[in-house]
Amino acid sequence: MKILVTVKEVAEVDDEFDISGLDIADSSLEYDLNEWDDYAVEEAVQISEDNDDVEVVSVTIGPERSEETIRMALAKGADRAIRVWDDSLEDAQFLDVDTKAEILAAVAEEEDPDFILSGVQAGDDANGATGVALAEKLDFEWAAVVNALDLDADAGVASVRRELEGGVEELTDVDLPAVLTIQTGINEPRYASLRGIRQAQRKPLDAQGLDDIGLDADVVESPVERTDMYEPESEGDATLWEGDASDTASELAEFLRDKGVVES
Amino acid sequence: MSVLAITEHRRGSLRDVSYELVTVGRELADELGEDLELAVIGGDVDSFASDVNREGVDTIYTVDEGEEFNHGIYAQAIEQLHAELDPSALLMPNSVNGLDYAPAVAESLDLPLVTDVIGLEGGSPVEVTREQYGGKVETTYDIGEDQFAITIRSAEWPQAEADGDAAIEAVDVDIDESALGSTVNGFEEVGGGDVDITEADVLVSIGRGIEEEENLPLVEELADALGATLSSSRPIVDNGWLPKNRQVGQSGKVVTPDVYIAIGISGAVQHVAGMKGADTIIAINKDPNAPIYDLADYGIVDDLFEVVPELIEEFGGEAPDI
Ligand SMILES: Cc1cc2nc3c(=O)[nH]c(=O)nc-3n(C[C@H](O)[C@H](O)[C@H](O)COP(=O)(O)OP(=O)(O)OC[C@H]3O[C@@H](n4cnc5c(N)ncnc54)[C@H](O)[C@@H]3O)c2cc1C
Repeated sequence: MKILVTVKEVAEVDDEFDISGLDIADSSLEYDLNEWDDYAVEEAVQISEDNDDVEVVSVTIGPERSEETIRMALAKGADRAIRVWDDSLEDAQFLDVDTKAEILAAVAEEEDPDFILSGVQAGDDANGATGVALAEKLDFEWAAVVNALDLDADAGVASVRRELEGGVEELTDVDLPAVLTIQTGINEPRYASLRGIRQAQRKPLDAQGLDDIGLDADVVESPVERTDMYEPESEGDATLWEGDASDTASELAEFLRDKGVVES
Repeated sequence: MSVLAITEHRRGSLRDVSYELVTVGRELADELGEDLELAVIGGDVDSFASDVNREGVDTIYTVDEGEEFNHGIYAQAIEQLHAELDPSALLMPNSVNGLDYAPAVAESLDLPLVTDVIGLEGGSPVEVTREQYGGKVETTYDIGEDQFAITIRSAEWPQAEADGDAAIEAVDVDIDESALGSTVNGFEEVGGGDVDITEADVLVSIGRGIEEEENLPLVEELADALGATLSSSRPIVDNGWLPKNRQVGQSGKVVTPDVYIAIGISGAVQHVAGMKGADTIIAINKDPNAPIYDLADYGIVDDLFEVVPELIEEFGGEAPDI
């Protein structure tokens, strides 16, 4: 059995940051493995540990820098990794859902996995749509926002729980092959062990261009164009208590006493 | 052309976002000079249609297929409605179920998709606003096509209230049962247990800023000193540090205490969905740009590990050694 896991390197913004043009300045960004993908990787690795002959392959759309993040996924137990990038992706203003789905689908067609795990969303763009769009492209079944997975590979069915709003879960059977988008809390992602990190250096990480996966540069073209990025005007009119911690704490304490939360 | 919005229901009731879709759909339809059409798919379609028959809606199409949400039925029904009605805008909720069909529908109809939209301006091109990087920035996008799909963030637009007089039309669609690859078997409520955070007057709520499970006694002590109940954002529950019944937010509990003290919580939209109704919101967060400050009434921009021990002492408690 082969499981493909989509792994994204996400940008995290410093507390103080600058905007440069239509994006946050690179100097204000740090990069990390997308939180939701971390859970997807863990789920795939646990399945591979509980079953014989499971291969876990990660796929990333990202520049060379993202190899650091990809090595994290390998250190946690993915068997090998594919990274797609080239100049046309580098030059694109941003990649829309359709572009990402098309690239991931091209890799999936090549790899022919039994199913695909993807994070519910990426922490930076928060489109929350790539996994389901990918399923549609591949003509796979799917389920979004999965927080429990029970796989019956022989029957070709994944029994999942989908976490709806307000503490309600939906119990659903999904035919394989499928794309499942994984919600945090489904498992406890492991830390990469030192041994894992060492082994990850030797695992295959295959860098591919659009050409290699049978796509041309048009794939980055999007009818959607980013026109502005700005810090939202604070709608808030919060009163900020200032000073050192003992000053601010005493202001807050006084407020809570005045409010009658605590007796004076 | 028209604006077509897809309503949402669950377990016998329309969800609030359906009425919000009427408001945003009408605004967009006015700007584009078009009609607003709604679709009600599955469940008790007639009663849902009469509920959502609010001012500004021109036509409501009912599709009597399935009891509860099934994304396969939704996808097929919407694709057929879209082919027939040829709307310019297809509006769907950015709910958990919306995200379970909208990307597939957009993909199969070859429509550009923008999700989690918080602002919409009709024109040529249509301009949409969304948040990125955890709400720290807003971005705008022009959609350079006449037909597109959008999912709408809930609670961004008011719910349409006034009664309307839309035409209600039942539509037959052909559902290919053999193409339905998933079966919904039921629902389960989660998150019951000893404490009901929805009943609390004062909540001390902790987020990822607490860093380690070993540091939790610090906020427990504060909650004790204040006679408050301890709640949290999602990562704390995901880590197993607190039980699910303490989680505030979209997938947790909606709370409305008199005072909500958010400590080390950024204020992600899914968290805010659960606590924005609190009477007084106080944030302790070291990041002055954290979205929680857009909502807070009072705030302390500082390290919680500095402020919380001082606070505990203010109330005669003793900060634990951590
Ligand atoms: C479908 C879906 C449903 C979800 N449902 C929920 C839900 O019900 N509830 C929920 O909460 N989330 C939910 N989430 C997750 C949500 O998107 C966020 O990931 C989550 O709310 C972030 O929690 P946080 O604010 O504690 O952590 P972060 O966003 O990591 O924020 C931590 C904050 O702590 C501050 N901080 C760090 N160290 C310190 C310090 N020493 N002193 C002071 N401040 C500090 C930082 O500045 C930061 O602002 C959901 C997500 C999805 C996709």
